[in-house]
Amino acid sequence: MSHAAFVHSLWTMSADAPRKIPAPQIEYAQLSPTLIVLGAACLGILAEAFLPRRLRYPVQVLLTAVGLAAGFAAVVALAAGGYGTGKAHVAAMGAIAVDGPALFLQGTILLVALIAVFTFAERRLDPVAHGRAVDSFAAQGAAVPGGEAEQEAVKAGFTTTEVFPILLFAVGGMLIFPAANDLLTLFIALEVFSLPLYVLCALARRQRLLSQEAAVKYFLLGAFSSAFLLFGIALLYGYAGTVTYAGIADVVNGTVRTVDPALASTTGNDALLLIGGALVLVGLLFKVGAVPFHMWTPDVYQGAPTPVTGFMAAATKVAAFGALLRLLYVVLPGLRWDWRPVMWGVAIVTMVVGAVVAVTQTDVKRLLAYSSIAHAGFILAGVIAVSPDGVSSVLFYLAAYSFVTLGAFAVVTLVRDAGGEATQLAKWAGLGRRSPMVAAVFAVFLLAFAGIPLTSGFTGKFAVFKAAAQGGAVPLVVVGVLSSAVAAFFYIRVIVLMFFNEPQAEGPSVAVPSVFTSAAIAVGVAVTVVLGLAPQYFLDLAGKAGVFVR
Amino acid sequence: MNPVNYLYLAAVLFTIGAAGVLIRRNAIVVFMCVELMLNACNLAFVTFSRLHGNLDGQIIAFFTMVVAAAEVVIGLAIIVSVFRTRHSASVDDASLLKL
Repeated sequence: MSHAAFVHSLWTMSADAPRKIPAPQIEYAQLSPTLIVLGAACLGILAEAFLPRRLRYPVQVLLTAVGLAAGFAAVVALAAGGYGTGKAHVAAMGAIAVDGPALFLQGTILLVALIAVFTFAERRLDPVAHGRAVDSFAAQGAAVPGGEAEQEAVKAGFTTTEVFPILLFAVGGMLIFPAANDLLTLFIALEVFSLPLYVLCALARRQRLLSQEAAVKYFLLGAFSSAFLLFGIALLYGYAGTVTYAGIADVVNGTVRTVDPALASTTGNDALLLIGGALVLVGLLFKVGAVPFHMWTPDVYQGAPTPVTGFMAAATKVAAFGALLRLLYVVLPGLRWDWRPVMWGVAIVTMVVGAVVAVTQTDVKRLLAYSSIAHAGFILAGVIAVSPDGVSSVLFYLAAYSFVTLGAFAVVTLVRDAGGEATQLAKWAGLGRRSPMVAAVFAVFLLAFAGIPLTSGFTGKFAVFKAAAQGGAVPLVVVGVLSSAVAAFFYIRVIVLMFFNEPQAEGPSVAVPSVFTSAAIAVGVAVTVVLGLAPQYFLDLAGKAGVFVR
Repeated sequence: MNPVNYLYLAAVLFTIGAAGVLIRRNAIVVFMCVELMLNACNLAFVTFSRLHGNLDGQIIAFFTMVVAAAEVVIGLAIIVSVFRTRHSASVDDASLLKL
């Protein structure tokens, strides 16, 4: 059939009986982690609509925690059923991959989210307002800060318990993101987890101007970057005539030979492939927070409510690196001679800029933001390895890093003065003398960020750099180690500040948390130490999970 | 007409949108420019769909429209709440978060 006639047949009907469209085959059991989380989110919305106000908080916390735990149980069941290794395949008509990396990252995201829920639910840190315990979220998000409506909302004891279902929707998107096996699913998952995060950023109880500003910046830049991603998808679709990863990879590898002559200008056109691939990478690197697409990170991390920052910093990075890995390893391996030099440059710039700019920071949350940029660079070094070792080292690093981040931001919520959280570094001087316990815990997290042996950070960094060196990227490893040294300087400086400086007279106090935040911090410390002292089991787990399905 | 011309149009629209995001100062206009970029993507999808003779691109265009609508809801909510606080929608005024 000629090209024109074929296209024409799309708009006209032949005289034959209309063909039956086969119903899509969806493997619900294999998608159960995502479905459970999204189902719990819908239940949460219903609870928000129908329950009386005083019941919402306990019900939402319970529902969210149970939903995430059930999702994690489903991931474990799938992994135990062999879907991570032998039975790995592509489910839902080619839209979602069920394989080792997907299940490993989904499990990580679910655990991270479960701990984040604990920090979301904390209600003992803020002073009691009008006889009611309050959390980190605005009484009424839509009320003008400092206005009458807000005062009335605070007086009436309103709380934004919607954050729990919003969190669940974000988690649902993050679960799909690293498992997406076609570009359309990738884009939809990106939006499903980004849009709830924009809202969460705007909901801080204290310093609402900063919070709203962070949300505007995050939203505008996030929408900008997702437009780039979408245009890249359009060009790749034009290049391959399909959006499935396997289909595009076939055209990239040149295994498709039956190119319609009428399509010679599009199918297999390298310009479309290179520009499209680059634009998709821009969208993913933005979510990862790699230089030069990192501009939003410090502002958003600083302005967002700290529990949200912790969740976002940990879970978004896991999901985005998962999607980046799958794109580079499944769709574009045939193009690796083109993307590896670019990713080399991005990784080097990211490591150096993250580490060097962090030295000048005076705010704890901004410091942690730049540290997260530097860590994105370290993880990119593992991505570049293009080997199964590279994949599993990145998986391990992500799991280790996300718990450290979550714990560090949970500690930041504890250090307070009259204006809420005291995030200025100068105020942290002498914290170790006032509250040795909290300062010691924060020191553990900082040492893990710095990659000091006996912490999870060292194991992760070692695995990533080893994989990168074996992949032939020795100069990259040298730059990585040097910028780790720079990064260690400012982490150690904070420790020195906490333990060896005199406390200020008007310094902040450490609030006594409820069991929620205590549990979150305890889990963070436990994972950090266990992954540092006895990482072998988890390294093996990541090693077994390191193969993508096609 | 050669359908490839629609691709050039899509690229031009996308560039205008991207330039607008970088140049314009009103958050609403910046956001409209993002929407223009999304619509340029839609045009590219539909054109490629026509060129390849399969329907994937047209289906994706529908998804993009839904996503754009959801983005409008979230974006306008955030921008309006900032506007009510500051009585300004300029992205230059949003400068509290700096080193």
